[in-house]
Formats: sequence, C-alpha cells, structure tokens
Amino acid sequence: MVVASMILSALLFVVGTLGVLIRRNAIIMFLSIELQLNAVNLAFVALSRVWGIEGQIFVFFVMTVAAAEAAVGLAIIISIFRHYETVNVNNFNLLKW
Amino acid sequence: MTLDFSRNLDYFWALLPEIVLSVWAMVVLVAGVSGRHRPGQRTDSEGDPDFGQGATLGWLALAGILVAGFFNGWLYGVTEVGHTSMIAVDHFRLFANWIFLLAGALAILISFSYVYRQRLQVGEFYGLILLAITGMMFMAAARDLIVIFLGLEVMSISVYALTAFNRRDRKSGEAGLKYFLLGAFSTGFLLYGIALVYGATGSTNVVAIGASVANGTARTGLLTVGIALLTIGFAFKVSAVPFHMWTPDVYEGAPAPVTAFMSAAVKAAAFVAFLRVFLVGFDAATTYDIWYPIMWWLAAITMVVANLIALVQSNVKRMLAYSSIAHAGYLLVALTAANATAAAGMLFYLLVYTLMNIGAFAVVIAVSHQSEERLQIEDYAGFGWSNPLLGVLLTIFLLSLAGFPGTGGFMGKIYLLQGAADSGLWVLSVILVLSTMVSYWYYLRVAWFMWMREPVSEGQHDLVTAPLPMRLALVASVALILYMGIFPSSALGFAQASVHGLGSLGGGLLGLRP
Repeated sequence: MVVASMILSALLFVVGTLGVLIRRNAIIMFLSIELQLNAVNLAFVALSRVWGIEGQIFVFFVMTVAAAEAAVGLAIIISIFRHYETVNVNNFNLLKW
Repeated sequence: MTLDFSRNLDYFWALLPEIVLSVWAMVVLVAGVSGRHRPGQRTDSEGDPDFGQGATLGWLALAGILVAGFFNGWLYGVTEVGHTSMIAVDHFRLFANWIFLLAGALAILISFSYVYRQRLQVGEFYGLILLAITGMMFMAAARDLIVIFLGLEVMSISVYALTAFNRRDRKSGEAGLKYFLLGAFSTGFLLYGIALVYGATGSTNVVAIGASVANGTARTGLLTVGIALLTIGFAFKVSAVPFHMWTPDVYEGAPAPVTAFMSAAVKAAAFVAFLRVFLVGFDAATTYDIWYPIMWWLAAITMVVANLIALVQSNVKRMLAYSSIAHAGYLLVALTAANATAAAGMLFYLLVYTLMNIGAFAVVIAVSHQSEERLQIEDYAGFGWSNPLLGVLLTIFLLSLAGFPGTGGFMGKIYLLQGAADSGLWVLSVILVLSTMVSYWYYLRVAWFMWMREPVSEGQHDLVTAPLPMRLALVASVALILYMGIFPSSALGFAQASVHGLGSLGGGLLGLRP
C-alpha cells in the first residue's frame, strides 16, 4: 500500500514537473505546481502509515502554504495580465525567459 | 534564563524576535492603509520633498527592526535544555538574525526616496520587507524541515509580492511572475525532498535525521533521492548554476531596493538553512559521500559560468545579478568543505556580502535617479569626477565585491579558502582564486568608466541625489566593510563562536574534520 502510494505520488510529481516545463500558459504552469504539491501531500499521508501521525499534520501546513501562494500568485498573474492581456509566458519578452 | 521546550510556553520566549517583527509588520501594514494620504493624491508640496509622507512609515519599520534586534540580543542570555527542539536557540541562529536585520534595515534606508518617486504603497512595501525578514529568521532558527519550509515560504511569498510590487512597470510584473513560477516550482522539489527524507528516516527533525543517518537505520535509496531533491530546492533559492536562470531577469526587473534586499538577505537565509540541514542532518560520513560530489560540481560550475557571463553584461543591475550568482558559488565552496572553519567563514562572508552588495545597489539607485533608468554601464561615464563621494564609495564596494586586499570581501574570501584548504579541496580553491581574478575585470570596468571616461553629455550626473537615509546606509556599510577588512579578527571571532556547537550533537563532520 505504501509503495503503491509512493509510486503514484512520484508519477504525479513527474506529471507536475513536465507540466511546468512544457506548458507555456502561466495558469496551467501554476496548476502543475499545485499538482506537485499535492503529490508531496500524498507522499506524506502514505508515509505516515509507517512513521505515525506527523506526516498527516504536515499536509495541513502544505495546504495552508499552497493557499497563500495561490493568492499571491494569482494576484501577480492578474497584474501582468493588465499589461499584456495574455498569460502566455512566451509573450512576456522584456526579460529573456 | 533556560528554556525547556517540554513547556510549550517557552516557544514563545524562543521566538520573541520573530513574534515582535511579524506583529510590527502588521502594524506597519495597517498604518499604511489607514493613512490619510494615498500615494496617488500626494503632491510634492506635502511632507518632506524627498520622501513625502512615506518617511514616517519607513522610520516606523526601522524601529521594528531595532526592537527585534534588541530581543535578538536578549536571546544571547538564554540557553535551551537539550539541542533537539524544533526551534534552535543557539548563537548560529542569532548571528544569522543579525545579518537579516542588517540587510532589512539597509534595504529600508535605501528605499525611502525610491518608493516615493515610484509612488509605491509604502505601508505594504515596508510591511512585506519585515515579513520577509521574519521568514528568514524562522529559517535560521529551524531545526525541523517543516519549519524551514514554512520560513522559506513566508520569506518567498513576501519577496514574490515585493518583486512584482511596481504595478505600473511591466518589467516588475514580468520579473514577479517569473520569480513566482520558478520559486514555487523549486519549492515543490524542496518539499518532495523533505517528504522522502521523512520517509527514509522517520523524522523531519534535523537532529533526529542526523542520528538516524549516523546509526545506519535510514533507507539509503530514499535518502539519496531526498538529498538530491533538497539540494535542487536550495540551489534554486541560492541561485546556483544550473538553477540560476531566473536570477538575472528577476534582479533586473524587480524594483532596485528589492533587488538589493533579496540578493543579500534571501541568499543568506537560504545558505544558513542549507548549512544547518546538511551539516547537522546529513553529516555522517556515508551521507557526506552522497552530497559531496553534487556540491563540489555545483560550486565549480557556479563560479566559472557566472563569472564568465558577467563579463559581457552591459546593464549594471544584470552584472550585479551575475556577480551575486558567482558569490553563491564561493559560498558553496564553504558548504562543500563542511568544517567549522568554513562554516564560520561562510557567516563572515554573508555578513560582508550583505554590506557590500546593498552598498553597491544603493549607489546604483542613486545613479539611476531613484528609479529604473540609467542602468547601462555608459551611464557611469565620468560619474566619479562629478560626484566624488559616491564615486569613491561605489569603487570601494566594487573592490570589496572583487575581493581587493584591505576590504572585507578580501578577508571573507581568505576565510573561505582557509576552510576549503582544511578539507583539502585544492582544485576548488584554485577555481575560486582564478574566477575571482576573472571577476576583477567586470567590477573594475565599472570603476574604469567612472573615473577614466568623459561624461557622455554635459550635466549628465546633475540629478544624482543621495538623500539622508541612503547616506546613512552608505556610511554604515562602507565603515563596516573597511573595519572588517582591516581588523577582521573581532567579526571572525564572533562568527567562530557562533558556529561552535552547531553540529556537536550529530557527532559528524564538524567534529571529525576540525
């Protein structure tokens, strides 16, 4: 059970990583990052079957932080959307990406 | 006073500087939004012509840093029972706190005029700087990977917002988005690393991890991947090559005082946490063999690549960004060496680097008319002769960044080299010296433009001003840099005393390799 969950979490993490690397839409990239964080959450929950309740508590911290990050991140995306009217990072060209 | 963390109330005393600072940040924030003078309505006749009404909030934020500094000093009289609690009360943390508080104070001092000219919301600006410092202090205090993660996020989220702070400036928004996406991406790696290390050792407490690693109960496979992912996460934050792609763009696009602040303080915080995790948690010889080669190559590539790219930069802010990557490389040498001398050298270097880097940025802000123009190297032509005082100061900062004898930067590099030599890292030491020599070229090129070239146009530098708070910051940093360059022993002794006992419980490298 633990091994299966860890493999699933690794797969989710890889999907998230590839999403950030391949997709060019800022919102989708951000969604992929959230997927990474949720992969970590799954790993923590799975591992807490072995090591006790600690892991499950961390999940709450991670979720809280992810929410705070989402607030700031979406605000930044909105503020840049006002300048460019797009969220595709290929169109942001003042700085070299 | 002795703190026993089985009594939960004692966490309150151990976290007093952080608590004071975060409450103060809220006060500054609320004072900022409840002020009668909104930035848009302000005219130049109101308040101080240099900084308008924002100055009050600036001084208020500085007072908060002073109070936090007072409690930080108070913690020197406090000891803890056992050295395994989630929050460390040791001198290492307190030394790191001085660096963060100093960086924050200098950053606030140099931004008075900038935030006014750029019409930024002062309350939020200073409040976010204070919150970022709080996060950094948590990172320095953390003896638990989860607390490190929380501190890192408090710091990072504040700095994301600060980077994108100038909403009228496209570059600022773009830099903010880039920093946010890549920063959050790297946080994912760091967090996955934490999860795997937790899976391998059954704990997120750094000391417990160290114990588990030392007695061989940790699962090597999970641990290796976990260490690799943690390294990636931290390498992003300290901007080591090849995880540096965001650094030049973000440093170029962010408001200049924010760039100064994050190139010094964010790097320092990441390095301090990096050092504690790797030297206390992963210090057993078997684990050192896992991360030593990774760190060696990171340090070598970072030093070489960053210095070479810096050679061809024409934008001064971008040049300083590559210089900050190069300095991360020098500091990674100390981490690779992993002994007490190198750890003390790293603290000393972080302190000097904070001073000289923020000092250099202060002059850059002055030259760019407290805004984001005139950042090309040609804009410095003849600057030295029209503003001799600022010219001399910038020259001193640049020489110190390059590591010229007589400045703090030189002594810092000597101590890093000494630490590397103690661990027998000869090749890395040679790379450090050679890349330092390369770095002389791009630092001195700016100085050459300042003193040896004629101004491009008449009256080119007439509008350069350095208001009083900025002058305070400049004088303080230059005095400290020269003091540490000429009489380094007191600061170094302080740093050495601060790392004493850092890794004593793991019983690993800090003890084994004197």
